[in-house]
Amino acid sequence: MKIVVCIKQVPDTKGGVKFNPDGTLDRGAMLTIMNPDDKAGLEAALRLKDQYGAEVTVLTMGLPKAEEVLREAMAMGADKGILVTDRVLGGADTWATSTTLAGALRNIDYDLIITGRQAIDGDTAQVGPQISEHLDIPVISYAQDIKIEGDSVIVERQYEDRYHVVKAKMPCLITALSELNEPRYMTPGGIFDAYKEEITVWGRADLKDVDDANLGLKGSPTKIAKASDKVRKGAGEKVTLDPDEAVSYIVDKLKEKHVI
Amino acid sequence: MNLEEYKGVYVFAQQVDNEISSIALELLGKAKDLAKDLNTDVTAMLLGSGVKGLADQLAEYGADKVIVVDDPELKEYRTEPYAHALSSIINQYKPEIVLVGATAIGRDLGPRVSARVATGLTADCTVLEIGDFPLQAIPGQEQLHNQLLMTRPAFGGNTIATIACPYNRPQMATVRAGVMQKIEPIKGAKAVVEEFNPGFTPDNKYVEILEVVKAVTDTVDIMDAKILVSGGRGVGTPENFKILEDLAEVLGGTVSCSRAVVDAGWKPRDLQVGQTGKTVRPNVYFAIGISGAIQHVAGMEESDIIVAINKDEDAPIFDVADYGIVGDLNKIVPKLTESLKAAIAAAK
Amino acid sequence: MDFTLSKEHEMVRSLFKEFAEKEVKPLAQEVDETETFPRATVEKMAKNGFLGIPVPKEYGGQGCDPLTYAMCVEELSKVCGTTGVIVSAHTSLCCDPIQTYGTEEQKQKYLIPLAKGEKLGAFGLTEPGAGTDAQGQQTKAVLDGDEWVLNGSKCFITNGKEADVYVIFAITGVVEKRGRLSKEISAFIVEKGTPGFTFGTKENKMGIRGSSTYELIFTDCRIPKDNLLGQKGKGFAIAMHTLDGGRIGIAAQALGLAEGALETTIEYVKERKQFGRAIGAFQNTQFQLADMATKVEAAKMLVYKAAMKKAEYATNPKVSYSTEAAMAKLYAAEVAMEVTTKAVQLHGGYGYIREYDVERMMRDAKITEIYEGTSEVQRMVISGALLK
Repeated sequence: MKIVVCIKQVPDTKGGVKFNPDGTLDRGAMLTIMNPDDKAGLEAALRLKDQYGAEVTVLTMGLPKAEEVLREAMAMGADKGILVTDRVLGGADTWATSTTLAGALRNIDYDLIITGRQAIDGDTAQVGPQISEHLDIPVISYAQDIKIEGDSVIVERQYEDRYHVVKAKMPCLITALSELNEPRYMTPGGIFDAYKEEITVWGRADLKDVDDANLGLKGSPTKIAKASDKVRKGAGEKVTLDPDEAVSYIVDKLKEKHVI
Repeated sequence: MNLEEYKGVYVFAQQVDNEISSIALELLGKAKDLAKDLNTDVTAMLLGSGVKGLADQLAEYGADKVIVVDDPELKEYRTEPYAHALSSIINQYKPEIVLVGATAIGRDLGPRVSARVATGLTADCTVLEIGDFPLQAIPGQEQLHNQLLMTRPAFGGNTIATIACPYNRPQMATVRAGVMQKIEPIKGAKAVVEEFNPGFTPDNKYVEILEVVKAVTDTVDIMDAKILVSGGRGVGTPENFKILEDLAEVLGGTVSCSRAVVDAGWKPRDLQVGQTGKTVRPNVYFAIGISGAIQHVAGMEESDIIVAINKDEDAPIFDVADYGIVGDLNKIVPKLTESLKAAIAAAK
Repeated sequence: MDFTLSKEHEMVRSLFKEFAEKEVKPLAQEVDETETFPRATVEKMAKNGFLGIPVPKEYGGQGCDPLTYAMCVEELSKVCGTTGVIVSAHTSLCCDPIQTYGTEEQKQKYLIPLAKGEKLGAFGLTEPGAGTDAQGQQTKAVLDGDEWVLNGSKCFITNGKEADVYVIFAITGVVEKRGRLSKEISAFIVEKGTPGFTFGTKENKMGIRGSSTYELIFTDCRIPKDNLLGQKGKGFAIAMHTLDGGRIGIAAQALGLAEGALETTIEYVKERKQFGRAIGAFQNTQFQLADMATKVEAAKMLVYKAAMKKAEYATNPKVSYSTEAAMAKLYAAEVAMEVTTKAVQLHGGYGYIREYDVERMMRDAKITEIYEGTSEVQRMVISGALLK
């Protein structure tokens, strides 16, 4: 079985958030980690590898620096790493990102594609289902459990108040929840080995069946009109009021914030 | 793509077990505002099996028109038949705006459909309005009017972005539950109901549902709670936590506490917030009678909104609180509970 | 001379850091308070390969360099001195001598499970009457047919009751050296559960309270003849060589404790307010922190240099890292004591309270000036090399 896990290097939100003048994120300036849902997806793939035997390839799109996250995945046990990086791919929204990744995936032999449900920078949860659409394969989002049965996967698909046990024929795409598992750590020796491996680097020219009009900032249908740093937590308002006034003060604030 | 062809505000009227989800009604409320600004009308897209009867309810909540796709293939939610139905409607009717709830269904359906109809999708919006893109006129770039401006938090709430989809149609957004307001239902309101059959040809993308397991809710982990009502030593006695529990119940929240409370044996350790307890990040954190030692603050400072009530005006908790109230918790909290109860009942 | 860590070392540090923060730190206070050996943590470390970092892959280890190993002990010790020393004693004092002096059979039988973390190791040299004076050993081993018979006791043994494999030193005879009689010491591998091998008192310690420190007692304890480690009579050299490596581990532990205290204090002084200002705004605080950080950095250079010297030894056994290891341990231990003490002082009254980590770190730091050669012994080693 061949599994491809799509992973993303994301800014560690604890390190603070920085922007370019054009409103897009200045990813170069932030500390980075492997996106947690993607890590759960990778762990799920590695468990399938342990259990059924599989070749696990990790695929990422990003700056050249994103190579680190592939090394990390390989130090956890992934077999191969592919980095898609090209200036023309920068500033992509989910549509352009999924188009790019689908273009890369068309070059790869796979039975199963696993992505994280969503990345902690964008929180959109869109790229996985959009890739599946571009590749015309079934998608099962929000997986909380994954099993293999013959040429099919059996997945517990989570909803707010229930889950469905869903069966799909491979090839298909699954989006993983970070609740799916507790990802393993890298091993010290695995890290040194991972750095000895070759990483495949692909650019625009290596993407299969994609139109330039659908790539990068230009190919992104959604445009940022305005972006701003939310005011950092610090001392807010402090009021001394009698109880009745205090209560209406709080209720007003909660209404203002749409809590109620 | 001729953008002018696309007209009307469309809402995916999510139903589960043939019951309209609350988010669908919230979206209709918002859609009505947007439609007014654009001088157009509101259409609900109702997908399911045996769901036609739900159209009236959608009308009462603001739908001018309801397009119904009624087919056994749509009984339980599955990505493919739903995506097929929704994108077929979009291709047929050409709406200018499509709103979908940011639910476990909508966040799967929305992206699949947006990719199929080749347009942008903005996720988890909290504010939707009609305006210009770019916001301010820029020399050399045409400023487009009547655009859907979609505002959403990102980076776990660290940033706010406003997004437009100026050159593609429809403009699609998923919208967070609980943010938009439903309208007062108009009793007896009727919508134009139109049935639509896109035709379903099952293939390998029609996944098989082997089992539907409805969840039994067990006690909420404080780390998962959206609202935490947290008490400290200032609450005074273990019995007095009752007033915090009442407040939590009204808001659908959970009670947590500081280390001092655990050490005093008033509450179990799994409710403790702080460095030696759990790190929490709810939407709202009430710190009641908690002084705010560093150890405690480290476990809750990432909360979206922090409301602190403490009688000591120098308590360090006020340094991290968004809203700090200096006062007697015993007087404020019970009144707050009553007041919120009334406010919530009024909103329903 | 290159002061930049490789990407591999950067990543391996992030691994140890993450593990320490998630798995070790939450237990540190309880481990100390209740004097509980963190067995579950040891199992997790075993699973992740932390118990065989410098051991070659063919012997079940990770095949990494001594620097990687030192960074592991350092990061663990930043949050928990107990966990740091468990790894150090296991790796430096048990895996290392078996890897260096063991026969192929001994490596197959003992090193592989040790490196995989299936078994935990310990080292028994110190006796009640033989601390710094390691020659003052009383434990004896006598060959009786195909077995060595051990009699005597060892004290202050780290991983004491929790280990499975012990490297034990004992007198195997008396030899004449330049007209004087001196004891001939040999090293042995002893397994837990061997009849005649029992445990005495558990020590109630000032610091590293979760580490299992026990007295080992040998009463007609018979072990196979083949469990002699290295050549008969070479025990003293084996012990000294092993301790050279062990000192890098303890130096890394001390470094970690100092860094942990410094980091904790930096956070604290930003938050803690007195006279309406964060105490970090006061110049005294700033200068104290500057001195602490400078010393920590200097200690780190010495520790890493010693580790790199040991790496050189791996390819060229003529290289000695004894002086570097002694300097690293001497300096890092004294810095640990100084920095943790200052950290407590900067915390004021809170620094004296158990809830605050710096209190524990200060207690943990003290032992690093004592075990695996006191600071005085390190000075002897260093000056001995100078005046050779």
